[in-house]
Parts: sequence; C-alpha cells; structure tokens
Amino acid sequence: MKPYYRPPPHMFWLHRKPYFMFIIREMTSLFIAGFCLFLLVFIYSLGQGRETFDNMVAFLDSTFMIIVHWIVLVFALYHTFTWFNLTPKVMVVWIGEKKVPEFMVLGAVYGGWIGVSIVIAWLILY
Amino acid sequence: MGKTIELEIFRYIPEIDEQPAYRSYEVEFEDDWVILDAINHIKDKMDGSLSYRWSCRMGVCGSCGMMINGIPKLTCATFLKDYYPKKVKVEPLLGFPVERDLVIVMDDFMTKLENVKPWMIRDKDKEKTIDKGEYLQSPVQLEKFIQFSMCINCLLCYSACPVYVVDNNFIGPAAIALAQRYNLDSRDDGQDQRNEYIGKHEGIWDCTFVGECSKVCPEDVDPAAAIQQAKVTNTQNFVKSILWPFGGKK
Ligand code: FES
Repeated sequence: MKPYYRPPPHMFWLHRKPYFMFIIREMTSLFIAGFCLFLLVFIYSLGQGRETFDNMVAFLDSTFMIIVHWIVLVFALYHTFTWFNLTPKVMVVWIGEKKVPEFMVLGAVYGGWIGVSIVIAWLILY
Repeated sequence: MGKTIELEIFRYIPEIDEQPAYRSYEVEFEDDWVILDAINHIKDKMDGSLSYRWSCRMGVCGSCGMMINGIPKLTCATFLKDYYPKKVKVEPLLGFPVERDLVIVMDDFMTKLENVKPWMIRDKDKEKTIDKGEYLQSPVQLEKFIQFSMCINCLLCYSACPVYVVDNNFIGPAAIALAQRYNLDSRDDGQDQRNEYIGKHEGIWDCTFVGECSKVCPEDVDPAAAIQQAKVTNTQNFVKSILWPFGGKK
C-alpha cells in the first residue's frame, strides 16, 4: 500500500465562511483581554490622584480613542452573543427527571447578563 | 433524461500515479439521482477503474462519505439536482491518507475508536447472574445518552474538523462522542478508564469548539456538544479530586 498524504490546507479559515467566523470569534478574545488591561490601567490611574486621572480622561476624549472603543464594543458583543448562544450545548441542565429546554438555559444567561449590566449601569450613573 | 452534469473526480491509483489528478466525467442524470448514483454510473458505464466505498445506499452504513465541493457529505444522501448546473467536485474525505481514488485509510480512527472502549464496562462486584434478569433502564436514563449512540462512523465530522485535519493527533469528534455515549449510560462503570484517555491534551482539550462536526453530522449526533460536556465533567472531577476529602471517591 502506498497511500497518498494530502498536505493539510494552508490557512484553513480562509477556505470556508464558518471557519472564518470561528477565527473571528477566537480573535475577539484579544479585544476583550485588551479592554480588561485598559480597565486595570484606568482604575490604577484613578488611585494616582486627580491630576493623573484628568490626564487619562483627556487622553480618552479624542475621536481616535472613541473609535477604538466602538470597535472593541462591536467585537465584545460578537464574542458575547456567539458564546452565549453556544451555552445550551455545553450546559445540559436536568431538574429531576426533566431536561431544561435549550431556550430556558439561553434565557437564563441572557437574563443574567442584562441583570448584571443594569446593576453596573446603576452603580456608575447614580 | 436530458440534464447533464459534470463531475470532477479525484483520482489516485498507487501502482501508476505518483501524484493524484482530477478527471472529469459528464453524466446524464434524473432529478432523483444522488451523487452516489452518478459515481456508480461512471463505474458501470464509463470508467471501471474508479474505486470508492459504499454499501447501504440509504444513509445507514456510513461508508460513502466524500468531500463534495469541499464539504464532507454522505454521497448517497446528496442530490445532484441541488448542484446543477454547477459542476460537482468529488474528493476523498479530508484529513485522511488516500488509499486509492476516493477510498481513504481509516486505521487512525479505528485505533482511536478502540481506545475509547466503546462497549459496556461493568464493575465486577455489580455483575448479576443471568437468572437475576436484565439491567433495566428508565426512559430518562436512555435519553441521557441516546443521541450520542446514533453515530454511524462515517467520519464526516473528522473531515469537517480543522483541528483534526491540521493535526491528526486529536482523538476527534466521533470517538469522543462515543466515549460520552458509554460514559452517560447508567449501566456503565468505565468512566474513569475512558476519561483518562479522552481527558488528555490530544483529547477533549484539543477541541476549540469550531462546531462544524455537528453541522455535517448526518445523524444529528452533535459531537461538539459531547466534547464540551466531557470538558465540564472532567473539570468537575479535577476540582473534586483536589477539594473533596479522599478526592471525591466513594
Ligand atoms: S452508502 Fe451507506 S451511508 Fe451512504
């Protein structure tokens, strides 16, 4: 037997749309990580006194930084939606003898997300 | 009759060819023809040298899987009319060595399948004698694993999985789904043995949840879900082994 070994496809994610969307989903985590770092720096500057914080705010108050934040927001939303939609596959919940339907698991994660967001919005705005 | 479609078929005859090549065939077809019908027609009427696997012709045996225009499909369940008038490119399943034409070498999968021990493993002391009767199972206990038991080993999921295609070390979707099928069976006690195998890095942790395996599965087994659920169980076991007294063992 002389089997033929096909070379693995180069850059597989460019061959089909689902693979491409998968890579985008994976890449969004870079943006999430970046934003987490930014938040840490932001909080740190808050502890460094008025002047540092004001400088930080001034730095953020530019068209460029606002655009960057919009881009991060889009990726963060894509990340959140794609992963949340996959939750029912990962979490199979049984209550006694009944399997909790997928839409209820989905409802719970989205409900939790909205709930937490409201609490945070309330903390920041009031 | 009347409509003609072009099939571009991957050809590789090890005794003759150094490299594979594509050969085109023009086939007249009816609307109810599946791709396998066209391939059978080519073999019977046009080119007897063509090799491929098939058996049941009804989506049960799992032997007729091929890449159709780049997507893994059962050729006995894929209609020509859905591609007409475009041509159909037929290749052997991606990710496997090619034995001849459309026939792949599936030894790698067979080894992995055996390694997940897809059979009932029972603790010796729980075994009962035949006169004590069968091991009964409730509908709920059946529901926990029935979906993962539908696998027909067609290997479409392996070809759809970029992780496997790029690196054959990955145990892969169908084998892990079958491990889960037995792990979730109320009559089985083999979880530890199977989890030791699938819990390795080349097992469940190699999976990045692309999810295409589940999309191409002709039996809706949803191997992607099986793998993620195995990740959850293995993580829980790991945490328990650290936090619980006696490592959570009874
Ligand atoms: S020939 Fe059996 S599944 Fe297609």
